Amino acid sequence: MLKTLKILYHQGKQYIPDLRNATVPGIFRGRPEITSEKIDEKALAEVCPTNAITTDPVTIDLGKCTFCGECSRLFPGKIHFTTDYKLSANERNRLIIHEGITSSIKLNPDLIRKEIQKLFRGSLKLRQVSAGGDNSTELELNACGNVNFDIGRYGIEFVASPRHADGIVITGPVSKNMAVPLELTYKATPSPRIIILAGTDAISGGIFEGGPAIDRSFIEQNHIDLYVPGNPVHPLTFINGVVDLLGITS
Amino acid sequence: MNFINIFNQQVVPVSSIPLLNYNSFFETICLLVENHPERHCVLYFGYKENISIHLICCIADDNEHNIKVTSSVINENSVLHSLTVVNLSFEKFEREIHENFKVNYSDHPWLKPVRYAEDRADKSKTIANYPFYSIDSEELHEVGVGPVHAGIIEPGHFRFVCNGEQILHLEIQLGYQHRGVEQLFLEKTKLIQRTILAESIAGDSVIGHTSAFAFLMESLSGLMPDRELLFSRTLAQELERIAIHTGDLSAICTDVAYQLGSSVFGRLRTPVINFFQEWCGNRLSKGLIRTGYNPFPFNRALADRLNTILDAFEPDFIEMNSELAKLPSSLSRFERTGMLSNEQLLSIGTVGMSARMNALNRDIRVSHPYGLYNEFKHEPVIKHHGDVYSRVQIRKQEVIQSISYIRQLLSQIPHSQALPQPQPQPSILKPDSFAISLTEGWRGEICHGCVTNETGEMLIYKIKDPSFHNWLALALAVRNNEISDFPVCNKSFDLSYCGHDL
Repeated sequence: MLKTLKILYHQGKQYIPDLRNATVPGIFRGRPEITSEKIDEKALAEVCPTNAITTDPVTIDLGKCTFCGECSRLFPGKIHFTTDYKLSANERNRLIIHEGITSSIKLNPDLIRKEIQKLFRGSLKLRQVSAGGDNSTELELNACGNVNFDIGRYGIEFVASPRHADGIVITGPVSKNMAVPLELTYKATPSPRIIILAGTDAISGGIFEGGPAIDRSFIEQNHIDLYVPGNPVHPLTFINGVVDLLGITS
Repeated sequence: MNFINIFNQQVVPVSSIPLLNYNSFFETICLLVENHPERHCVLYFGYKENISIHLICCIADDNEHNIKVTSSVINENSVLHSLTVVNLSFEKFEREIHENFKVNYSDHPWLKPVRYAEDRADKSKTIANYPFYSIDSEELHEVGVGPVHAGIIEPGHFRFVCNGEQILHLEIQLGYQHRGVEQLFLEKTKLIQRTILAESIAGDSVIGHTSAFAFLMESLSGLMPDRELLFSRTLAQELERIAIHTGDLSAICTDVAYQLGSSVFGRLRTPVINFFQEWCGNRLSKGLIRTGYNPFPFNRALADRLNTILDAFEPDFIEMNSELAKLPSSLSRFERTGMLSNEQLLSIGTVGMSARMNALNRDIRVSHPYGLYNEFKHEPVIKHHGDVYSRVQIRKQEVIQSISYIRQLLSQIPHSQALPQPQPQPSILKPDSFAISLTEGWRGEICHGCVTNETGEMLIYKIKDPSFHNWLALALAVRNNEISDFPVCNKSFDLSYCGHDL
């Protein structure tokens, strides 16, 4: 018992007090900013492994971006990744970063379904389905619940059955072999239910987009309530996205 | 000679690999592996050449520190003798060759699908109708778990045959995570695309897989990685080992309902992966390993920071482990749970820490060193009970060992250019060549192999994650255990679904 207390004491304070305004250590690649510098736009688009960059005007689609940083390494004056981790959106085209835009990505309040905030603001139970995910975003979603990030403080929790859940969180590009289990999990979740796509692979397919073993029909046919970009998703990106979706202000 | 000897990451012309008829190919492999526990097959695969199938088999010799390679050409729809009968570790390789090319083996014990690959030969076999082994008895019952599991974890289906609480048999059906990675390596021709693919093979082994890929590409394009590159990859590999082992200890504690251990190990992992973010901008080290150059050269400031983190980490990590090792409620769940004998591990070709848990000394860092590993006098951590406790102990000791290696590395940081070098153009690979690249990830041996054609394009890119063989170890380990012990057994192996399914 005394030993346990000693260990507890040795841990010090581990939780992050303010998840809404915490700063991430180091050189995190978060929301990119694009300057108006004149460069060879075609060459810039060419370096992107997932065709996330368009030309004339230059934009970056964070739903496709793998955050590899290759563009900013080769065109440092044109593209710069900030440490802003608030990347979530509830509208697909809000993930597209335009030239000269330096403001944060925000959710479109008009598009948040009314029942979401009414029913889930105090308690949101989520079921996670990895559909071809590479276990990186899965690790980070697990980290959301650890003593550092403690997403549970908002009443948000991952549960063990779709029957207990208010929605599903999908990771991975959706492999053909997971298409049916994904659909079944969603159908087993009672309505009203939400769908969250976590990670670039889930949002667009990422590097697997258009690949032969991928089946995106579930994503295309259903309404997506939240897109959370990242490769993998940072816990703070996920937590802030969900908290904004629920309209939690404190 | 019926085979050639090559070294880890050495390039040879495909024509230099002896091409045998299947019978002498078969006999050569039998002679190589029979009564030679120091040799095991690290890669055995086929690829199509016009209408025939080219087989290449690579047997690593841990004593001679080389890899013996031999090859054969067979026709589609051939009926062949199975190497599995002689050596069980070929079981999975032959099933894969059967699944991809319809090659039949007359005496293979079970030619079941491996991963329901998109380009499999027989599309009538689907993941929904996997032929599970079942036992007819009124006394027994079956328990099906998955594909979607009760946590934030990848999918796979576990089918238990139980006698009451006791597991008689477990069959693990995988393939749900199949994304066509090997196929995409051929389709995506830009180096950065292939690098992102390598980073996505298994997101918990980014350094292990991406290093294996980068070393292979450097070999095939004639680039010599400089000391700074070798330093960074070696350091990153040991850091990844610390991070994931610590996270696994947390998950193991969760599975025996030990909240304190779960929380403490969970939070101890955080500064380690946050250091990756400070170094390369990503908590799981995506973006750090690149072919031919290091985008994030290591420096003194990072070294000081890492020293501080490890100095704070080590005493808390040791304190938590010693408490865990004294706790009767955890020991009763760990000891003699999920046991495998040395003979079992050897017969099924187990690799990495799952092999080392019962005296099977397999560690690429010693047997086929790469990076800066030949500069450490690395002694693999070996345990002798093959149970959950052995796997817990290996993790603890390997973390402490990795910390000491990192401290050793940090005392002599190689000089690097202030600015990252512009990327060379290694997209031009040596034509008609074959090379194999082995690394020791935290799970164990990671193997990447590549064959190029006459214009230097990839004919095949082949990946073997340690999980490929180790899943069978888990299935055998839980026999005669209570089904309630399955979670802790599973977590103590922590195998990769996506690394297996590709």
